[in-house]
Amino acid sequence: MRAPSSDLPLVLDNVSLQAGATTILDRLSLTITPGTPTLIVGPNGSGKTTLLRLCMGLALPSAGRVSWGGRADSKPVRRAILFQRPVMLRRTAAANVAYALAQARTRRSQRAERIAALLQRVGLADLAHRPARKLSGGEQQRLALARALARDPEILLLDEPTASLDPAATRGVEEIILMAAQSGIKIVMASHDLGQVRRLAGDVVFLVRGGLCEQGKAADFLDHPTTREAAAFLRGDLVI
Amino acid sequence: MSDELSAWQLILNGDPALFAIVRLSLAVSLSAVVLAALAGMPLGALLALTRFPGRSMLVVLLNALMGLPPVVVGLAVYLLLSRSGPLGAMGILFTPTAMVIAQTILIVPIIAALTRQTVEDLWAEYRDELTAMDVSPAGRMTTLLWDARFSLMTALLAGFGRAAAEVGAVMIVGGNIDGFTRTMTTAVALETSKGNLPLAMGLGLVLVAIVLSINAAAWGTRVWSERQAG
Repeated sequence: MRAPSSDLPLVLDNVSLQAGATTILDRLSLTITPGTPTLIVGPNGSGKTTLLRLCMGLALPSAGRVSWGGRADSKPVRRAILFQRPVMLRRTAAANVAYALAQARTRRSQRAERIAALLQRVGLADLAHRPARKLSGGEQQRLALARALARDPEILLLDEPTASLDPAATRGVEEIILMAAQSGIKIVMASHDLGQVRRLAGDVVFLVRGGLCEQGKAADFLDHPTTREAAAFLRGDLVI
Repeated sequence: MSDELSAWQLILNGDPALFAIVRLSLAVSLSAVVLAALAGMPLGALLALTRFPGRSMLVVLLNALMGLPPVVVGLAVYLLLSRSGPLGAMGILFTPTAMVIAQTILIVPIIAALTRQTVEDLWAEYRDELTAMDVSPAGRMTTLLWDARFSLMTALLAGFGRAAAEVGAVMIVGGNIDGFTRTMTTAVALETSKGNLPLAMGLGLVLVAIVLSINAAAWGTRVWSERQAG
């Protein structure tokens, strides 16, 4: 059951965002179309989170415009976001997924089946009746993924979802993300972990100080960066 | 010391008049809590989630109304319900119904103000997540009220404590009629002024014991349900 309208392509047209005197994003243009995962890379404070919030419609640009499938209406139709620290509703894991399905207007008769399928997909079937807030960090992140996938998104935005996870939990989350990408969901993910970029990225958007510094295929970016900033970042130097 | 002993004896002997008073007090105050919760919780949540000119003043006013003097509420309800008042035709002055009305008015601000604060704090945490899920304004209210349910129990207990402990409002609109509108607090006031200190003390002890056990039960429920649902 597909919604009539689409959220793709997602177009940011010369977008700036100011908070007081600080410029967080500076005249950034970006078009996101279906395809392999796009990783938004850059040092801390380069504007990755803000860019994702703009893409989700949670923040409004001070200048420029954002559109989804040609519409400027920010109401999320077929997009979802995974925050760095997702909020777990004070209910069981299954009830968290049920809530997301209800908000996405899934028919009541299909919910039980979809809850089971989504929890299976993120490997939490055994913890369905556990209170969500009692789950570990990795489990919470996977439950938040199940909630995001419950919206049947075309585009999934992820804000450093593995930043505070150990390697095993990171692998669990990355596997679900790759599976989602293979099923045709466009992944747009912020990361400052170059290993993760190598593992997941189809292409890369490299941000420095709120501006788009370099953009291209992941392999090209990682092996033959064209800008001084990207080369410095890849070497492990501090890019300020 | 001898006064306290006689008070305990009164309780232990199970005096039927004492039980009738206890029953009425609980019925009136618990009804008031239920009614005030039905009005105050949505009101508090609405105030937490909406922005309009004059909102800050309304929040301050609501917080101030938590300290509404029971005698003032009693007087206002008395004027409304007295024969010459606008609602005098209903003929409910000096009945338990009038007492429920007065106590409800007294504790709606307490429950609404505490709900407003709780829901507003939770909204700061939930805002992004609920906006991303495209939750409707009504859905936000019910979600936040439900997810704040453990904290909101404290608001209910504060309301109940206020209702069970007040004497001014029920005295004025109930009239402290023996066997009909006499509550624990009005009886304590009356027996004290009559010099019947053992009965006054006994009633006082029962009141404190009941408030304590209701709070203990609420605490137990909270611990149990938090374990179930996190």
